[in-house]
Amino acid sequence: MARWIKHMIKGAIMFVPSYVAFTDIFYAVRTVDGVSMQPTLNAEGNNTDFVLLNRWAASSMQFERGEVVSLVSPKDPSQWLIKRVVALEGDRLKFGYFNESVDIPKGHCWVEGDNRQCSMDSNNFGPVSLGLITAKASRVLWPPRRWGRLEKQEPDHDRLTPCEQVERGKMFFGWELE
Amino acid sequence: MFKAARKGFLYTVSGLSACYCTLRFIGGIGRCEDVSMEPAIQHGDVVLISPIHVDYKKLQKGDVVFCRAPKNSSSVICKRLMGMEGDTVFNNEKGFEEYVGRGQVWLEGDNQEASIDSRSYGQLPYGLLLSKVCFRIWPLHRVGPISFPERRTTAKEKAQTKTEAKVSS
Repeated sequence: MARWIKHMIKGAIMFVPSYVAFTDIFYAVRTVDGVSMQPTLNAEGNNTDFVLLNRWAASSMQFERGEVVSLVSPKDPSQWLIKRVVALEGDRLKFGYFNESVDIPKGHCWVEGDNRQCSMDSNNFGPVSLGLITAKASRVLWPPRRWGRLEKQEPDHDRLTPCEQVERGKMFFGWELE
Repeated sequence: MFKAARKGFLYTVSGLSACYCTLRFIGGIGRCEDVSMEPAIQHGDVVLISPIHVDYKKLQKGDVVFCRAPKNSSSVICKRLMGMEGDTVFNNEKGFEEYVGRGQVWLEGDNQEASIDSRSYGQLPYGLLLSKVCFRIWPLHRVGPISFPERRTTAKEKAQTKTEAKVSS
């Protein structure tokens, strides 16, 4: 009996740091709460979805438009959000009710939930720094009906001007003209 | 033979991951390569850093922190925390007071002339903070805790004296 307990403690001591390091470097599984990513995630409205977060892919800080990412909320550091990247640095985007135009600054991106009506996203807090993004959400693990990859979604091009096509001010003797 | 190899492999993996967890969540050492915190921290100093203070929100105003650069997420900056959420700080580069919003922090370098910090790019989200800088361990003749700069004229006073000088002239 005592030997059995000793084995278990030893196993725990060896297993727990490996598990923590693995979830921190490579992959983690988390539940999604909230309705902001409907219909992609939590389509039924109860918080039952599990997603696989790929942290390794996010550590290089290279993201593409349309990917689903998880990030620390810029308003509350203990909160965790899952959103879709809509625009990257240099892009020009129209947002909001009045179609205001915004240029995404360097090192930032624009994230939005799929359910635009009730989502706490960049429409509230503006562009977020890439340093806040912790992982890419790569798969839905649960429920089994929707098991599969989270596909990239092409952004609607009437809102977004990609950074190669943004017309900037012309350069004139080193001065940028607006 | 196989059993010994398997055991060795398991021990190596768990040892390495224990090291990783300690460095990531409890504390480690870091090297500052920046002049923006002179004279408290100079270029090439080695310091003890502690992520615990950031994770459990034990930070106070005046602490020195490592933070991800907001415009370039792969680089790390070292600044002094001058304002937490709910504070009002004076931005002496732009010349007006700013309110630090919810979940945000205000970072400034001690070396105000050489530092690019919150005064130019605004307040930063708390989530970008990495760790608190606790103790300087290298070079040996300056081993010790990181001090608050003694009686630094606050930015507001500086601006006031400037305006006074202008008025008198």
